[in-house]
Amino acid sequence: MSLVAATIKRDLLLAARNPGEWLNPLMFFLMVVALFPLAVDPDPKFLARIAGGVIWVAALLATLLSLDALYKSDVEDGTLEQWLASGESLYLLALAKALVHWLCSGLPLTLMAPVLGVMMALPQDAYWAMILSLLVGTPVLSLLGSVGAALTAGVRSGGLLLSLLILPMYVPVLIFAASAVYHAGIGMDYNGQIGFLGAMLALAACLTPFAAAAALKLNLSR
Amino acid sequence: MLDRYDNNSVSLAATDLFCERDDRVLFESLSFAIGNGDLLQLAGPNGAGKTTLLRLLAGLNRDYDGELLWHDEPLDDVFSEYAARRLYLGHSAAIKRALTPIENLRWLVSPWAEQANISDDELWQALEQVELGGYEETPCNQLSAGQQRRVGLARLDVVPAPLWILDEPFTALDVYGVEWLEQRIQRHVERNGAVVITSHHALQNIPSLQRLDLGLLAASPSRSDAVSDAEEGAS
Repeated sequence: MSLVAATIKRDLLLAARNPGEWLNPLMFFLMVVALFPLAVDPDPKFLARIAGGVIWVAALLATLLSLDALYKSDVEDGTLEQWLASGESLYLLALAKALVHWLCSGLPLTLMAPVLGVMMALPQDAYWAMILSLLVGTPVLSLLGSVGAALTAGVRSGGLLLSLLILPMYVPVLIFAASAVYHAGIGMDYNGQIGFLGAMLALAACLTPFAAAAALKLNLSR
Repeated sequence: MLDRYDNNSVSLAATDLFCERDDRVLFESLSFAIGNGDLLQLAGPNGAGKTTLLRLLAGLNRDYDGELLWHDEPLDDVFSEYAARRLYLGHSAAIKRALTPIENLRWLVSPWAEQANISDDELWQALEQVELGGYEETPCNQLSAGQQRRVGLARLDVVPAPLWILDEPFTALDVYGVEWLEQRIQRHVERNGAVVITSHHALQNIPSLQRLDLGLLAASPSRSDAVSDAEEGAS
């Protein structure tokens, strides 16, 4: 257990030392959403309708951008070897890595989203729905993404492969989350969508670390 | 776990190991045992399978036939127990370049930190021992390759594991570093620890050295004899 805690601590420290790694996707998120009204139509009524979708697509792509590096350095510098040598459960380590990834990508995205909501003229009623959907939905993105990142960690330029593997699995999250924000905006109930996202999160938190751990072992047995 | 044996006793036995890579047999019918006070050097030309065998012994690779026993039980069955008693130092040092030596060392010893009550003072002392005094708070990307290796080696002073498995630990070390590490290994063996090492380094100062020549194994027809021959040759 102490290795898991030490790994979380070390990875957070690394994120603090290399802020570029998690700030870049965040800037990407900000820029995509900021450019949208300029390119399409600045009419608030029109923007209000697409706001949820745009913010969620941008958040999803920003997460994808940050995933490539998740396990790459750990495979290269021997960290993965030490994990395996320690006899510590790789399941917990994979879960810890996904948690750190979320803290450095999903959480800042969620915190930044209300500001972007103002830019996109998001309806007043939809703010809570957006924050809730991001809060529940982005951990799913991190968890699912960590499986792809573990599979492609040993591949030299695995970025594209990672996107191809992960995007199809992201689609259900995107559909439910964007729909929650949209329905909240037109004054309808959105509990169902958030409930589905919560179920996805519960499933992903239980199952994806198994897959990520198996993929990590594959990296070493070559 | 059951406390059937003393914490520091080492008994690792390999029976009839067989391993092949890409349809090339690296070793077969390989049997040997490692106990307290043993120093086993795996020797052989590049590509002979030294690192592969070392990784089998460390439990990192299960792609082999034959048996690996830790205190007469299959390695896989008692792996967490085994992992706490052996220290594996790989070819890559698992050093994060953005972090300082002390931060890296804290992570490296974390699997033992609770059980052995490793204090920060000990870690600072260990870094001093490997001549990194004064560099404790310098990010590793400003240190030389040899100094980065030393961060990994500083673990040897702190981790209470009786069995060391070291993959090319002399890489990138200067003359003094080599001398320090030789002494460190010698002291560990004298204190009844056990060491398995791959190295092209001669290690002639240590009397209890046994050599296992993997190149010989692949070449000689009577393979099971090769181990004892090699051991006799060394002693």
